[in-house]
Amino acid sequence: MRHAFGAVLVASLAAALAFLTLPVLAVFLDTSPGALIDSLGEEGALEALRLSFVCSAAALAIIVLVGTPAAWLLATRRFRGRALAITLVELPLVLPPAVAGIGLLAALGPQGLLGGAIGDRLVLTTAGVICALTFVSAPFFLRQAQAAFEAVDRSWLDASRTLGASEALTFLRVAIPAAGPGLLAGFALAWGRALGEFGATLMFAGSFRGVTQTVPLAIYERFGTDFTSALALSAVLIAASAALLASVKLLSGAGWLGGAAR
Amino acid sequence: MLRVEARARLGALHLDVALEVPPGRCLALAGPSGAGKTSVLRVAAGLLRPEHGRVMCGDAVWLDTERGIDREPERRGCGYVFQDYALFGHMSAWQNVAYPLRGTSRGERRTRAQELLERFGIGELAGARPRTLSGGERQRVALARALAREPRALLLDEPLSALDARTRAAAGRELAGVLGAAGVPALLVTHDFTEAALLGDEVAVLDGGRILQRGAASQLAAEPASPFVADFTGAVVLTGVAHPAAGDVTRIELDGGGTVTALDRATGPVAVSVYPWEIALAPPESHDPGSSRNHLLVDVVSVTAVGNRVRVGLAAPQPLTAEVSDAAVRELGLQTGARAVASWKAAATRVLPLAHHTVSKTSS
Repeated sequence: MRHAFGAVLVASLAAALAFLTLPVLAVFLDTSPGALIDSLGEEGALEALRLSFVCSAAALAIIVLVGTPAAWLLATRRFRGRALAITLVELPLVLPPAVAGIGLLAALGPQGLLGGAIGDRLVLTTAGVICALTFVSAPFFLRQAQAAFEAVDRSWLDASRTLGASEALTFLRVAIPAAGPGLLAGFALAWGRALGEFGATLMFAGSFRGVTQTVPLAIYERFGTDFTSALALSAVLIAASAALLASVKLLSGAGWLGGAAR
Repeated sequence: MLRVEARARLGALHLDVALEVPPGRCLALAGPSGAGKTSVLRVAAGLLRPEHGRVMCGDAVWLDTERGIDREPERRGCGYVFQDYALFGHMSAWQNVAYPLRGTSRGERRTRAQELLERFGIGELAGARPRTLSGGERQRVALARALAREPRALLLDEPLSALDARTRAAAGRELAGVLGAAGVPALLVTHDFTEAALLGDEVAVLDGGRILQRGAASQLAAEPASPFVADFTGAVVLTGVAHPAAGDVTRIELDGGGTVTALDRATGPVAVSVYPWEIALAPPESHDPGSSRNHLLVDVVSVTAVGNRVRVGLAAPQPLTAEVSDAAVRELGLQTGARAVASWKAAATRVLPLAHHTVSKTSS
């Protein structure tokens, strides 16, 4: 019996690995490396890469600056409506990207709720891309950060206060370093989500080369006409995402961030 | 002088405590878990705000719920040693000790932290992370950190409980020295009466959120005010009904059988306490009353060596414990299932009113 169960476990993992890695490998194996590199030299491809990087970095900066204190509040305070606040923050996680795009248009588009104040400054602009990326990726960071802060030993926070540190200083010097690995994991998840964002960006910001066309949009535009170019961009996106994941694992594995694990 | 008064409802517990500790003295708050001991420390430190309360340290008012005063924990200047020491895992030992030091350069803070660690004999561990330290080493780092900013009061939560039995005695002696040298009021919490007696100049026994008795440890042991305190200090407690008897003594009919004589006067339901080391054991057929007035026929239910003494668990039929020499155990052939006569003097028998017994030990 035990032998048979072991075989089931191994077979399951093998199937999962094969299915999950095959498409990733195929991107690299379908075309020669030379052709991949050549098609990256195309100007539109580089533009898309630059935009993806700039927009996702800007979105992540906003998410970390606003999301970290917000997650701390959710993790450390008990107040009326807290459960509702948490649910609302998590809602974009389950929202279909098309719905997110429509929602952003309805809220921030020229005819939207806040259209009077914003006008057409966001829609079909680079700022609009950042806006869409922030909307879809923020919950990934917030959720992870809240869990990371909740896992910090309360007695560390109490100790810090009795040792003369205000709550703000405790947050900066104890809570953030202690929650470091969790915050970093949330950061990586959110960045990965932002890099891959497609639907909401397309609907809210459109797909204009050099202005709003990030890598996923560029891949979609090319896949009907220039499959090699689409493959090349996909390969770059895979490499960037893998590098992101690997660096996070390395950083937290090396214990450079201290960490709450005791 | 540190004064703490607090009344609060904490879940099922009603905390109602008032105490004061003079500078240079240590009050040990002793009681079972759930008695509210740690809550008292948290009120003093400002980590818990009671519904009604006042906390004063010297002339400074830290908390006065009547007047709406509630000073933040970081402005109270308490040295708080937490039960698990709460050392920051992402900092080295010296960084932990230097954490409360502010307004000076990193170099100065490092020097000061190093000095403090040297004082506790662990200077060589300055660069070590807390998770690599032993329990005793962690305790010293926590003490050094709590003392780094010259606190106005020391609060210690079970400072020895995280240590193994071997380290505990030495760490306890060292801690007693530190408390004496600090010259500030110290409030210490423990569930162990022996620890309270070792570290506290005075002991207050807390149960169900209230202080049942306060005094020197020896006084609490000799004159417990209630069965709970007697039990907590390690005495055997038997229940029964007291009647005045001829010769100015009190006879107590024990619940379940047996009679005990005491010199204390009482009538009605009582608890009787006697210390295990005051109980002598003799063979069941012995008729020599000796000088003891109390004799109970008992069954031996357990025999446990503790150092060079032996604790003998007895059923009479209420449970009691005698502590005798191992020579006596050999002589009497004491083993589980044997019968014996337990005897002790009437003068060693304390009679305690049962009224307080409603404050049960299961208040957690």
